[in-house]
Amino acid sequence: MGTFFLMIDTEIKVTAEIAAEHGLSPEEYARVLKILGREPNITELGIFSVMWSEHCSYKSSRVHLRRLPTKAPQVVQGPGENAGVVDIGDGLCAAFKIESHNHPSYVEPFQGAATGVGGILRDVFTMGARPIAVLDALRFGPVTNAPGAAGASAELTAKNRHILDGVVGGIAFYGNCFGVPTVGGDVAFAPGYSRNPLVNALALGIARRDQLFFARARGAGNPVLYVGAKTGRDGIHGASLLASAEFTEESQQKRPNVQVGDPFLEKLLLEACLEAMQIGAIVAIQDMGAAGLTSSSCEMASRGGVGIELDLDRVPQRETGMIPYEMMLSESQERMLLVAERGREREVIEVFAKWGLDAIEVGRVTAGEMMRVMWHGELAAEIPAKALAEEAPLYQRPIAPPAAPRGSGKLIELLPEGTNLTGNFARLLAWPAIASKRWIFEQYDHMVRTNTLAWPGAADAAVLRVKETNRALALTVDGNGRWCWLAPREGAAAAVAEGARNVACTGAQPWAATNCLNFGNPEKPEVMWEFSECVDGIADACRALEIPITGGNVSFYNDTLGQSIYPTPVLGVLGLLEDASRAVGIAFQQEDDAILLLDGAGERARTEARSAQRELSSSEYALALFGIVSGAPPAVDLAGEKRLIEALLALTGDKLLHSAHDISDGGLAVTLAECCFASRGLTADAHIAATEPAEAAVFGERGARAIVSCAPESLARVQEIARQYSIGVADLGRVTRGEDFAIAVNGIRVIQARCEKLRAAWADSLKSVMAG
Amino acid sequence: MKFGVVVFPGSNCDDDTHYVISNVLGQQVEFLWHQSEDLHRADAVILPGGFAFGDYLRIGAIARFSPVMRAVEKFARAGGIVLGICNGFQILLEAGLLPGAMLRNAGLRFRCLPVHIRVEAVDTPFTCAARRGQVLEIPIAHNEGNYFCDAETLAALEGSNQILFRYTTPDGHEDAAANPNGSLANIAGICNRERNVAGLMPHPERASEASLGSADGLVIFKSVAEWFARNGGIARHNGENAAALQAR
Repeated sequence: MGTFFLMIDTEIKVTAEIAAEHGLSPEEYARVLKILGREPNITELGIFSVMWSEHCSYKSSRVHLRRLPTKAPQVVQGPGENAGVVDIGDGLCAAFKIESHNHPSYVEPFQGAATGVGGILRDVFTMGARPIAVLDALRFGPVTNAPGAAGASAELTAKNRHILDGVVGGIAFYGNCFGVPTVGGDVAFAPGYSRNPLVNALALGIARRDQLFFARARGAGNPVLYVGAKTGRDGIHGASLLASAEFTEESQQKRPNVQVGDPFLEKLLLEACLEAMQIGAIVAIQDMGAAGLTSSSCEMASRGGVGIELDLDRVPQRETGMIPYEMMLSESQERMLLVAERGREREVIEVFAKWGLDAIEVGRVTAGEMMRVMWHGELAAEIPAKALAEEAPLYQRPIAPPAAPRGSGKLIELLPEGTNLTGNFARLLAWPAIASKRWIFEQYDHMVRTNTLAWPGAADAAVLRVKETNRALALTVDGNGRWCWLAPREGAAAAVAEGARNVACTGAQPWAATNCLNFGNPEKPEVMWEFSECVDGIADACRALEIPITGGNVSFYNDTLGQSIYPTPVLGVLGLLEDASRAVGIAFQQEDDAILLLDGAGERARTEARSAQRELSSSEYALALFGIVSGAPPAVDLAGEKRLIEALLALTGDKLLHSAHDISDGGLAVTLAECCFASRGLTADAHIAATEPAEAAVFGERGARAIVSCAPESLARVQEIARQYSIGVADLGRVTRGEDFAIAVNGIRVIQARCEKLRAAWADSLKSVMAG
Repeated sequence: MKFGVVVFPGSNCDDDTHYVISNVLGQQVEFLWHQSEDLHRADAVILPGGFAFGDYLRIGAIARFSPVMRAVEKFARAGGIVLGICNGFQILLEAGLLPGAMLRNAGLRFRCLPVHIRVEAVDTPFTCAARRGQVLEIPIAHNEGNYFCDAETLAALEGSNQILFRYTTPDGHEDAAANPNGSLANIAGICNRERNVAGLMPHPERASEASLGSADGLVIFKSVAEWFARNGGIARHNGENAAALQAR
């Protein structure tokens, strides 16, 4: 099915069989016949097939997404536009959104990832916002033969390294040239992502509140302008075939369906669009992403309640002999469609000309609600715009929990109390998911635009100042697929909680979130159960933490050879700092500072050894060292998370903290070590009191906790504020300039080693892994 | 004085450079569009970082033929102060205003990280406010910063003290580990024989405010302003030419 479109000509008569080849079910095809009152021609069929594809229509997810909270006073634009928009004060708004480019990145890692970045950047600047940051959430199969690789062959780990290398190269290639800093992200590895890596790109932009632009066409007679790259035959059916179907052995043959990116052209497009918006002659604008000319035209018309007419003979073409079917379905990159005010199109065209770009009038807004496509003077397609967009099919797909309960496999065998854990700790630090990501982020320009206050790894979230104001924004992406597989609702809530905790650790108020929901085949009831549970988990956590969802993306069909990925919702949480000078990083700052463990759960009840063992079995530690993914993730304590966040904001607001770092992957031991590694030669000799076994105490990943440091003279004040917010506060010791990093649990040293040696294990691992 | 910051299609550090000059240094600054030969009476011209013309064909190969570069070349030949940062340095090499060429980084990867550079000469408009031997922490962000020239040119650069910055350790030692890109003789920046045109790979505009991690780079912009205050923009020996240019 990979290349059938090459054989299509305009005269071909559409049959139910051809409709099926286009991915339309018999019911959907019947619906097409009913809407049109006749048989579609091949162009119309192509248009229906892409617009009703899972990727464009969200037909399986929309009924669930309604359960997400999307309203809050700061929300200017919720889901449904190119990007979500929130007010950040001083007359400014932040526009941000996350999107997946998973399948293309497996087929062609470099271009797949590059065009993923390009697409999300366009989504942001079409809103009138200048992009100021990109983050990426990446998931790959194992890249080493550590126990966590679950016996992956040398060939497979080499292939996964090739994918990782290509994806990172593609993100760098696009972002660096475009001139947007790639400031953060997260990377995880699990066997399930081997043949289905995840590449989720998030872009953030800043716009003036009174200069936002929307993709809502209006004004019959207004001209429709086409700007940017010429249309070619690339990417045809990218949305319907690549993104909306499972992978098979033949997937590599889909390489022609992957688009090729040109970040230089996109940079010109950015400058030209922002300049053209300034002159006030643009009515509506939308980028040509998935389903290109088709989606941009009919979605703008549908949102604006108008019709649209396109004359394909005027569309700039890169190749000769293209037919309407190909032009309407092409996913050539770096193109935009905009509606200008009639009479002012000259001004718009001149701005684009200044940047060396053509802006061509290819159609006009019409009264009514028809999308009409003309070619060679004849009608090539005529479909009600709403039928393609807002009235696309909606499915309440069957849902069924897994037949066998998950997490009932072999649990981690806890080591006897008193066992020295230093060796295990050093191995955990070298596990690629835990190890320093410097090899990756050094390839990204993370400083251009000179707003980056916290470089990758320097704080729990990227922190960007907002020039000409005192404000800063914090941004993070989080998601734990392993936990979501074991317990979807809990795991998804944990992702929201972690994102919120991360931005709060930098001193920022969690302000809004975007999500990228990566799942398997929605036609499998078990996958739909995972999806529905995860949506509920996100909704629970967003409500409890008062974080509105302003948009996102659903990526289904992440299956290869019948095997689904871990359900992987990725949350991008945006935080707002009203005073940028309050921003806090993770690095210890000063010798003799007090190291404190803040715990939202308050003075905790005793943890049973059995539940500690189950929790630890779901941890990064269990995966990395023993290849175990079992038990259940730690219960999410949303009330505790809320208390911790509020306490962190009070503490950073009073500038009492010198550092703050939340406890997540790798547990307390890794968190504490990172505070040392990020510092200039400081280390820690920590003492913790625990009710659970020592191994669980140092490597367990229960949330609602953070390690902070403060000047000794602030200690009493910090403890007092912690008590005001009813959070636990334990004094772990002092920051030292010694040589050893050490942790004692209930008076017994379980970890002790030269800090430099541990740092080297952590710092050099990914680089040496990637060197092969 | 007035700075001019050239904007090529694909320049992406133009705003950052403009921001530092106007908001941190507090000097006048104007953008100079690539299609114009008018330098708007700028006293110093900066070619900023980025990917001019997408770095297509060969870095700087298209940019050097821009109308603005004809004006920059005249300005430079007349003794005007011209500074190329990163991509701007690459363009100056390509335009023949500075000697040598750039190769891909030794590791064949784009690298973005703070590095340390030692100031080697302070008798230029770009370094006069610094101390000789002073070590500056300034980030790099490039794919092709591996400076190369033939032995004769290197000897000439060294002989006439044209190497302005070298990659070193934080305490000023030149060693291979401190060299982020394989650059010949740890060269991070050079000037021409007349000392009025310079280029460097690190981005001083990214290290001009303490909140961004380092303010060490500001000394380069300060130097230009101080030099101008003392000597005027166009070197005296070229007085006539300069007067003609200023009159335009």
